[in-house]
Amino acid sequence: MVIYGVALLAGCMLVGLIIGDVLGQLLGINANLGGVGIAMLLLIFVTSYLKTHDHLPESTESGINFWNAMYIPIVVAMAASQNVAAAFSGGMVAILAGALSVVLGLAMVPLLTGKRVEDATPLDARPAPAPGRPH
Amino acid sequence: MNDSIMSLLDKYHLIAAFAVIGLTMFVSHWMSRRFTAGRLHGSAIAILIGLALAYFGGVYTGGSNGLADVSLFTGLGLMGGGMLRDLAIIATAYGVRFSEIKKAGMRGLIALFAGVLVSFFAGAVVAVAFGYTSAVDITTIAAGAVTYIVGPVTGATLGASSEVVALSIAAGLVKSILTMIVTPMVARLIGLDNPRSAMIFGGLIGTTSGVAAGLAATDARLVPYGAMTATFYTGLGILLAPTVLFLAVRMFF
Repeated sequence: MVIYGVALLAGCMLVGLIIGDVLGQLLGINANLGGVGIAMLLLIFVTSYLKTHDHLPESTESGINFWNAMYIPIVVAMAASQNVAAAFSGGMVAILAGALSVVLGLAMVPLLTGKRVEDATPLDARPAPAPGRPH
Repeated sequence: MNDSIMSLLDKYHLIAAFAVIGLTMFVSHWMSRRFTAGRLHGSAIAILIGLALAYFGGVYTGGSNGLADVSLFTGLGLMGGGMLRDLAIIATAYGVRFSEIKKAGMRGLIALFAGVLVSFFAGAVVAVAFGYTSAVDITTIAAGAVTYIVGPVTGATLGASSEVVALSIAAGLVKSILTMIVTPMVARLIGLDNPRSAMIFGGLIGTTSGVAAGLAATDARLVPYGAMTATFYTGLGILLAPTVLFLAVRMFF
């Protein structure tokens, strides 16, 4: 059933957020430390386990794939509800501080990526992309 | 008649948001094919349209949620809010092979620390250049250049003035919005076309909304890798900025 997939996704999210919350409290910061990332790892592990044991029928999969495919529209809605006006009325200090951090961050991507090795080949040059991935 | 339609759309705000975003996606994919021969990604155009609408919405209402403050479009706030955004980000991890993540894991971790440090440094340099001399002010503005959440949290911890906190939020918003716009433009230049560089990109830039939208506009298949590292960034920033980084700033000012 489709709801099994959605519930699996929701379960991974809740467990991940709880772990992230506990990690944050242990470190004494009032924030969630990587809850979403932990939830992503959980989803990867749980679904690959279910798949190898043949417990992940197509209908369950489609409950996850729906939200996967809704990602870009949700991001567009997110862009439309950003506080863009405040960002550009903060004055030159805010604009320059934000811009410089983006420029430096982007410039460091090739430095840290290093040489082109197997895991750094473009996705386009690979055989058989993962199923259900939006392009 | 008009009033009843308005109140209906207001009542079914999430449904109205689905329709509005669907229309935006349609228009932007049409523009991508018609005017750029597919060179500028449809998703990138949609995000730009979204940001432009958010600007006008913010100017028109004076609120803080862009177009979502206009009563017809309140559903955008729910659809694009943290809850559904995080659910969709997690869903993108479905089908990712763990081996890819493990291979780039160490570099992703280095990128995280480097990203927080570099952004903080950039913000601190700009703050000093504009004549700020108190360690609290410099640290708060610099923390804002990390993300717009790290800024106010740091400011609150250190007791910064509300003007400086507002400035740090603005710096973080500029970073997030610029990342959304610039990433698809420079993706080829910085080699952002594979899982490894996407993880490093997520760690270096870190602002979740910027990374999420920037990668969506570049290549949606890269989203899970970038999001994976970026999700640790704000927490790390909150850990470092008011403590180690504040002490470092105080050594000079």
